[in-house]
Amino acid sequence: MTDLAWIETAITAARPQAIGALLRYFRDLDTAEEAFQNACLRALKSWPQNGPPRDAAAWLIMVGRNVAIDDLRRGKKQQPLPDDAAISDLDDAEDAIAERLDGSHYRDDILRLLFICCHPELPPTQQIALALRIVSGLTVPQIARAFLVSDAAMEQRITRAKAKVARAGVPFESPGAVERAERLGAVAAMIYLVFNEGYSAAGETAGVRAPLCEEAIRLARLLLRLFPSEPEIMGLTALMLLQQARAPARFDAGGEIVLLEDQNRGLWNATMIAEGLALIDKAMRHRRTGAYQIQAAIAALHARAPRYEDTDWAQIDLLYGSLEILQPSPVITLNRAVAVAKLRGPEAALAMIEPLEARLGSYFHYFGAKGALLLQQGRGDEARVAFDRAIALARTPAEASHIRMHLDRLMQESEAAGRASA
Amino acid sequence: MLYAILCYHDENFVGSWSREEDAAVMEKLKAVHGKLAEAGRLGSVARLLPTTAATTLRKDSEPPVVIDGPFAETKEQLLGFYVVECEDLDGALDVARDLGRANPGGAYEIRPIGLFMPGTMQP
Repeated sequence: MTDLAWIETAITAARPQAIGALLRYFRDLDTAEEAFQNACLRALKSWPQNGPPRDAAAWLIMVGRNVAIDDLRRGKKQQPLPDDAAISDLDDAEDAIAERLDGSHYRDDILRLLFICCHPELPPTQQIALALRIVSGLTVPQIARAFLVSDAAMEQRITRAKAKVARAGVPFESPGAVERAERLGAVAAMIYLVFNEGYSAAGETAGVRAPLCEEAIRLARLLLRLFPSEPEIMGLTALMLLQQARAPARFDAGGEIVLLEDQNRGLWNATMIAEGLALIDKAMRHRRTGAYQIQAAIAALHARAPRYEDTDWAQIDLLYGSLEILQPSPVITLNRAVAVAKLRGPEAALAMIEPLEARLGSYFHYFGAKGALLLQQGRGDEARVAFDRAIALARTPAEASHIRMHLDRLMQESEAAGRASA
Repeated sequence: MLYAILCYHDENFVGSWSREEDAAVMEKLKAVHGKLAEAGRLGSVARLLPTTAATTLRKDSEPPVVIDGPFAETKEQLLGFYVVECEDLDGALDVARDLGRANPGGAYEIRPIGLFMPGTMQP
């Protein structure tokens, strides 16, 4: 690895901790970010000559603080320096240089940083954009590409999010136990949003959005290192690892969707599966079930089955049942119906999903699943109607072409039947 | 004489590698492994899963306490290691408890292995 690549990797790894500490110090996102950027520029000059520091994060925090304070002093002639209370903690400025940020500060800095990004007043798209910019350090063009919008639009989205955060005022005291649990929940949800942004991409967009999945897993691991005994964080990390493990098998060479039952399990990432299984195994021991753990347990059952025919549908049905109780949603019932179809046939599954039509009337997967169930019962005409609805609701070309494949098959079958009866 | 080579690195740093960077490092390592194996000098090779997957059994209380996360007490040193096959974490904890009864004090960190290459060398 070249010097520059090494430095870039070290800076990426140190970023959340350094920005978090600088934010606690300056209490302003823009100042913290600028201080960090300046520290990185100095690192690029100093590290190749002097060798890497013992603790990259501490080095960046110290240099970032000093540079920003110098800048503030220099600007004093034009504008008055904020008073000590506003810059905060001036007393520990020197101590902090030697300070190997103790565990609780380190945890709270990073948690606060993540929490700021998923501020409840920000819409989810802004939460994700802000987290990718501030915590992950992705550039605006990188984020813009992942969200398929222009650089200018993304710049505006991030600026707006920052302004809203600044206006809302950020609590800088260490969070109490209840608040910490709330923050953790919000942060976990935001990380899963980042993951899903990447995971739901398909076809041409899959390549540019795939890094979002890796970034989400990286953030979840960071959170898990800070809170090693939170079963839901273990569950979330396991869930994402187990889903991401299947990524190489989800699309064929032409970018078409490959269903779980047709996927080449040899392409699944065994290392990610091993880690996901170890984490969900560990989480379950705590006997504090949560939605991420249940979803991860379902993903684990798929990962454990050597072949599709070996899938433990009974267990999956039970797990979806507990998920329905914990977090009732028609989408969960729809997923459960797939397991029910395997266990008790398409009729039972159709009876389950038909009452959902009013609420899932604009959901692609509802009509895709309904069509497939009707097809299994030999109700071709009704299946065709459902598949037509699904195509109209498809969000990606891959989704649409997958349904079209079903329709083509229906057409061939009815032609064959027509020839047979003629 | 046999030597155990224990791999220490900054997990933050290794964790920020992309899949391609990781694969490139592994590829280079494979070349080194290959040379050693050819010369009959390679024993077992194991890469542990991240510390987030670690569980620690503290032996200094009765019954031993199980905690999440890696063993991070710096005044104690890594003095050896086992590779055992178990059904799940509970199975591994049972083994650790048995070992702990035979050898009390200190702690065992239980870390799932991500890659394991059994070698041929005997001590």
